[in-house]
Amino acid sequence: MKAFRDFLDKQAKHFEKGGRFESIYYLWEAIDGFLYTKGEPAKSGPHIRDVMDLKRMMITVFFALVPAVLMAMLNTGYQANLMLSKMAEIPAGSWQRWVIAALGAGFDPSNWLADLLHGALYFLPLYILSLAVGGTWEVIFACVRKHEINEGFLVTSLLFPLILPPDIPYWQAALGISFGIVLGKEVFGGVGMNILNPALVGRAFLFFAYPAQISGDKVWVAVDGISRATPLAELADPAMQLSVTWQDAFFGFVPGSMGETSALACLIGAFILIVTGIGSWKIMASVLGGMVGTSMMFNWIGSTGNPMFALGPHWHLVLGGFAFGTVFMATDPVSAAFTEPGKVIYGALIGFLVVMIRVVNPAFPEGMMLAILFGNAFAPIIDRIFINANIQRRRQRALHGARAQD
Amino acid sequence: MFEHYLSLFIKSIFIENMALAFFLGMCTFLAVSKKVETAIGLGIAVVVVQTITMPVNNLIYNHVLKEGALSWAGLKDVDLTFLGLITYIGVIAAIVQILEMALDKFVPKLYHALGIFLPLITVNCAILGGSLFMVERNYTFQESMVFGLGSGTGFALAVIALAGIREKMRYSDVPAGLRGLGITFITVGLLAIAFMLFSGIQL
Repeated sequence: MKAFRDFLDKQAKHFEKGGRFESIYYLWEAIDGFLYTKGEPAKSGPHIRDVMDLKRMMITVFFALVPAVLMAMLNTGYQANLMLSKMAEIPAGSWQRWVIAALGAGFDPSNWLADLLHGALYFLPLYILSLAVGGTWEVIFACVRKHEINEGFLVTSLLFPLILPPDIPYWQAALGISFGIVLGKEVFGGVGMNILNPALVGRAFLFFAYPAQISGDKVWVAVDGISRATPLAELADPAMQLSVTWQDAFFGFVPGSMGETSALACLIGAFILIVTGIGSWKIMASVLGGMVGTSMMFNWIGSTGNPMFALGPHWHLVLGGFAFGTVFMATDPVSAAFTEPGKVIYGALIGFLVVMIRVVNPAFPEGMMLAILFGNAFAPIIDRIFINANIQRRRQRALHGARAQD
Repeated sequence: MFEHYLSLFIKSIFIENMALAFFLGMCTFLAVSKKVETAIGLGIAVVVVQTITMPVNNLIYNHVLKEGALSWAGLKDVDLTFLGLITYIGVIAAIVQILEMALDKFVPKLYHALGIFLPLITVNCAILGGSLFMVERNYTFQESMVFGLGSGTGFALAVIALAGIREKMRYSDVPAGLRGLGITFITVGLLAIAFMLFSGIQL
């Protein structure tokens, strides 16, 4: 290891001022900083008064996402194999199936290893793609604008493929992560200065620009031409029957965006984030509270024509992107509210909106993405209200305190 | 009946937000959203003017301009709808002027709080657009009052949210070429994406 450190130190002179590769100093600095701990103090937000620096924070989020990633691969493969096993003959025309056939892994849905392999062949290329494209933008902006590359983009580029359907064309995924990184984050100055969650901005862009490849019922199973609606779409349509059980949805064996199907994996992630103090439990709890309250309100109101009114909170919890969004997206410390009472209002607003969209908006079966973006947009004003209230209170206290001393 | 007005109110605030769904009144929206205080002032002014002018324009449309509306004066076949645009803007300007004078006389405090915003929004297209929507959708007098209040509130909500974001963005490091209006346009675009969550709700 020491030899490698010495090697890096030796190369340093080429990248520092006056060196040959001065223009890509920040790329070198990022590689060095990523592999070794930096000797410098933090210069920009998010400021955490802790041994926890941005790097360790992002790495912890990364580890908290591991269960969701595993479930993403397992379930993507399981859904595809389940559909393939019902076919008389495995259709050709996909390189993933060619690789599986070449490895002799087979397409048995009850074989977990085969499922994992099949899913990995869909998830990993998207992940590598978003890492490469997102990383390229990050490096370009860092070198031109002379700011540091930090680990934030590792999380963004892992979150992004997790909220995509498995069959999305690669060029669209590349376009989405580009939009998210550049217009969602870099134009505001990079990590810590963005307004909305960059991964969600990228997904929202794809959602409105190419709805055919990211919504509907054709995209959730990684086999061409197979249509299987997400449970939420099935529930919203009175003509359809719900084809999954609550347990399926809890463990994550339902069609959906790759990483969001398993509430269990998100719960493990939530546990890691809360224990390490990275994700705000207040936000998670208040999103949950908002969801439970709103769905019970709709249950109480009731409706004859809309079956979504009768859906209980335990279903809202496990379906769609609710659990994933609550744990990993709404708690993003940059775009969420940062005052303590503000977090509660912000979370409750998201929980309320997500159920409201699911129940009363026929245009979208799922609303977690837009609800969080909406919450992000109003987080600054929520914070401002509480900050001003604080200032007022302290001023009052100072005035009264002064009077008492007189 | 009450439900009908309530759904119209909610619809005009969120689903058909003047600023973020129709992109009306952009000049004031972008120019007066640097600080939350001023944005709140502008928002209140828009709500007040919208709520007053829309019913008045509704009366004028229904009793003067609409085809056959002048039958009370014996002019059965007169159709003055082509005068709509100029009449509405004139009415808005006149009402704002009167409102300003009245406020100055009776509630000087509010007059100073609203300050420049009242004359400024005379020519705001969100206000005129509100009146034109009212004509196009054949709102009744009561409906136009509710729609005026709702669309004004929607505009106020959007401008306050944008101001909050722009205040937070003082800590951002925006590329030199995008500072000021450039980044505001991008922010408004992103904000409009977030507001699309209401699009499609049927009330």
